[in-house]
Amino acid sequence: MTIRVAKPGFFTTVQDLGRYGYAHLGISPGGAADALSFRIANLLVGNDENAPALEMTLLGATLEFEESAIAALAGASCECTASLAKVPANTAFELPAGAVLQCGSMTSGGRCYLAVQGGFDIPLVMGSASTFVPGHFGGFAGRRLRSGDVLRLRQHGSSHIRSLRPDALDALHAPQPLRVTRGAQQEWFGPEGFDTLFSTAYVVSEQSDRTGLRLKGAAVRPREHSELLTDGIPLGAIQVPQDGQPIILFVDQQTTGGYPKIANVIAADVHRLGQLRPRDEVRLAEVSIVQAVQTLGEQERWLRELFVS
Amino acid sequence: MAFVPVLSEIIYSCQKMRNPVTIIPASDSSLLVVFGNVISPALHQRLMGLFHAFQAWHDPRIRNLHPGYASLLIDFDPLRLTHDELISVVQQLAVTTASPVDTRAGAVTIPVCYDTEFGPDLLDVAQHTGLSPDEVVREHSSPTYLVHFLGFSPGFAYLGGLPEILHTPRLATPRPSVAAGSVGIAGNQTGIYPVDSPGGWKLIGRTPVRMFDPEATPPTRLLPGDKVKFSPVDRATFEDMQRAAEASLK
Repeated sequence: MTIRVAKPGFFTTVQDLGRYGYAHLGISPGGAADALSFRIANLLVGNDENAPALEMTLLGATLEFEESAIAALAGASCECTASLAKVPANTAFELPAGAVLQCGSMTSGGRCYLAVQGGFDIPLVMGSASTFVPGHFGGFAGRRLRSGDVLRLRQHGSSHIRSLRPDALDALHAPQPLRVTRGAQQEWFGPEGFDTLFSTAYVVSEQSDRTGLRLKGAAVRPREHSELLTDGIPLGAIQVPQDGQPIILFVDQQTTGGYPKIANVIAADVHRLGQLRPRDEVRLAEVSIVQAVQTLGEQERWLRELFVS
Repeated sequence: MAFVPVLSEIIYSCQKMRNPVTIIPASDSSLLVVFGNVISPALHQRLMGLFHAFQAWHDPRIRNLHPGYASLLIDFDPLRLTHDELISVVQQLAVTTASPVDTRAGAVTIPVCYDTEFGPDLLDVAQHTGLSPDEVVREHSSPTYLVHFLGFSPGFAYLGGLPEILHTPRLATPRPSVAAGSVGIAGNQTGIYPVDSPGGWKLIGRTPVRMFDPEATPPTRLLPGDKVKFSPVDRATFEDMQRAAEASLK
């Protein structure tokens, strides 16, 4: 069973939930930028939540299905049609043999996930199907998809699908600041630094991608300029380079860096970074580490209760 | 709302040790263990002791280890392991892992062709240091370097031990593309670009050895804690070795 890429969209890659255990070799986890939507897409079609699926960015792909398939879209809102009939988001749907799935521009959010029952058949590199474009490995040939690429699906036995409870995803769209905890070099920044960080409406720069989101706005200044010995960077760390414009390190980040880290996006909000678009406005608010871990636990319970049993 | 202590404001230190460490919760899913604020082989050995202890522990709740010059970042699953539990593990391991683990016997030798085509900044480094290009090559290939850690890109090793005379500032404007295998100098550091990537280090040569191979085990030629020697090779030897490396891929 194959799927041919007629049009790749703006930036479409194969992802899963990431590649762990190699950071000491300079290899970041990568994986779906919005892991929550990625997992929902897979669960809708009855896949393991880590099954390889497509991550489409800003403009979706056009795909030709050789045989019939069960698929689901989750994440950013995107006008999608199957052989010209509209297909719903957040619901498993059937594509007949020969169907052309056409995904358009995303109207809100930045990334939309396409999961197909069985999952894409992608060789694992270091235990993961995620494409790491800067290192040219993983996923489909270590790169974003191009027109003419042919993807294969894994064989699957079950045809079990799941449905979401009505209004299940409303909580995801409630606007609220990105929650952060204080970072490893918090001591470098005085109260003014944190006041600036928490009172500014930052704008996501055009130079943002899976390696990091650059924010534009009021400059954050450390108390004094000193040299940091290069150290490890957690996912979601907010580093402050000399120009004071914060950078949020994202899934394809460098594993180490030399800029001080003032704060860190909480694990439960990292998926929201994957839906930010250039020129979106971002506000940051502080929570404690205890609250951050509690929120993550609540999110996992919420995900488990999302589906009609 | 109930008062919740801000854990990130608490900095732990382990006083039982001769050389105490500072443990900082760097995020809701990580701890940063800081051994000091200098680049030194002795500090590196203590750091590697903890790194290897964690690798040997092999706990699935630990997702990633990021050694740096003077610290170890531990990324973990906070829903299965709490910060407090991990802090006590770090304290125990840091106390008991006094003896460093040697990963490899002897140094890894990396052949380097210091041809100016591969090292477009070799003459610039010579001018900056007041040495002849041959002397730059001799100085660069004489020490045994230490891999402090890997970072920046897959397989990129931060090497310590560059002779002081070779310290040269990085390029004012980074190159948009540096070929894999390129050997460079930046300040007091030297290193090898494992994959084609942008880069601002001054390039003095290139190795035909593949420094990063995602299909290999381990995928990187160098590991944290390795000792490294550069061995100068001429253009013909470089090309022979490169052909042999490419043939082994097919």
